Amino acid sequence: MRRVVVTGLGMVTPLGCGVDATWTRILAGQSGAKKIDTFDVSDLPSQVACPVPRGDGSDGTFNADQWMEPKDQRKVDDFIIFAMGAAKQALDDANWHPQTEEDKCATGTLIGSGIGGLSGIADTAIVLKERGPRKVSPFFIPGRLINLASGYVSIEHGLKGPNHSVVTACSTGAHAIGDGARLIALGDADVMVAGGTESPICRIGMAGFCAARALSTGFNETPQKASRPYDKDRDGFVMGEGAGIVVLEEYEHAKKRGAKIYAEVIGYGLSGDAYHITSPSPDGDGGFRSMSAALKRAGLTAADLDYINAHGTSTQVGDEIELGAVERLLGNAASKVSMSSTKSATGHLLGAAGAIEAIFAILAIRDNVVPPTINLDNPSVQTAIDLVPHTSRKRDVNVALSNSFGFGGTNASVIVRRVT
Amino acid sequence: MSEIGERVKKIVVEHLGVEPEKVVDSASFIDDLGADSLDTVELVMAFEEEFGCEIPDDAAETILTVGDATKFLEKNAKS
Repeated sequence: MRRVVVTGLGMVTPLGCGVDATWTRILAGQSGAKKIDTFDVSDLPSQVACPVPRGDGSDGTFNADQWMEPKDQRKVDDFIIFAMGAAKQALDDANWHPQTEEDKCATGTLIGSGIGGLSGIADTAIVLKERGPRKVSPFFIPGRLINLASGYVSIEHGLKGPNHSVVTACSTGAHAIGDGARLIALGDADVMVAGGTESPICRIGMAGFCAARALSTGFNETPQKASRPYDKDRDGFVMGEGAGIVVLEEYEHAKKRGAKIYAEVIGYGLSGDAYHITSPSPDGDGGFRSMSAALKRAGLTAADLDYINAHGTSTQVGDEIELGAVERLLGNAASKVSMSSTKSATGHLLGAAGAIEAIFAILAIRDNVVPPTINLDNPSVQTAIDLVPHTSRKRDVNVALSNSFGFGGTNASVIVRRVT
Repeated sequence: MSEIGERVKKIVVEHLGVEPEKVVDSASFIDDLGADSLDTVELVMAFEEEFGCEIPDDAAETILTVGDATKFLEKNAKS
């Protein structure tokens, strides 16, 4: 199979718009959480979230006008605008702007989302009920469909290769990158714009996850303390939004055009829990098997891993189940690995989480530094694994694995390695 | 331009994101102002909203230019 490398990165996250803004702030131990002030939360048990900071585009703020015409913004939910922003950043970073028909057809798009246009669906349902079907916008459907993130990005940049999408809840971003890499490895494309995007911070989104008892409810007045993976006081995840998109490229293709190569995607594993719609299997076997499959694909053993970007959502049961699976995987190598949950800082971006976290793993390799697990004051269990509490840590990182586990018992692990 | 014409023009500028000076009576939504078929459906909905009238599908199909819209609404506007 052909080798696949990462040549471009793009991010829109609660820590900022852009890879540099996000990475600088996450390494500094900052949190993107705040009390929700954009809609009424007085009757919601969870009142905190990690929104993308809006602004004029300066100082890492997200200005939608920079990424999509205002007349088109009206037609779509934010998850599509976030994807447009992250995709443009990634393509610019990769310096890949296909002009010839051949290059366009060799470049595909694979951007997923967990839920897609949730707020637009909620708003339009009200229009339908109160005013009838004649008042439903012709852009209602195309502005909400999950694969329209890929659709809009492909149209904007003229990408005529595989046009695909993924919907696997919180594993979406990892699956998109893994599947995108496979399309290149198998020769369906030479370049793939792949990742995840999500905009779930709205009343119906909060209400739905509150009803599933998934969100943190005990930190409404101290939002920046709410996302605390592995800490004994954790009580649920904090909803985030944004997008993470990478440019994946066939190795020789990248080398030939002198592209900057961040890392190689060497492993990708998938598995199913077949256990419960929202709870992970208590034995952690699903996560264990997805990590094992990724290692097998990479031709590595667990002892080769330097950094793991955990799924670690800050829920009561999930964190320790994943930790147990990682300990089982690492065995005696546990003490040499660092594992952090960047959701402590970004919140949980659902379908975008796996993509931004794969990017964090890639940046850890680039800079030989691992981002911290903030708010980890009192670990709920003892482990030999370095959970990187509070502050980032300089250390050698040559091989990094990123885990993503989703509702429906869907697990994905992606392994990236430094290219020397 | 009539008062109704001015209101039509404002809606077209807003929805299609075009320069106001391009929105003249003879301008075709699709050929001159860059609208697609979905944009024209939405424009008609916006006219209905602004002018408090219903524009049936067969009438909507005859509204191809800014002038067509103004003419129709000068006859049928309720607000």
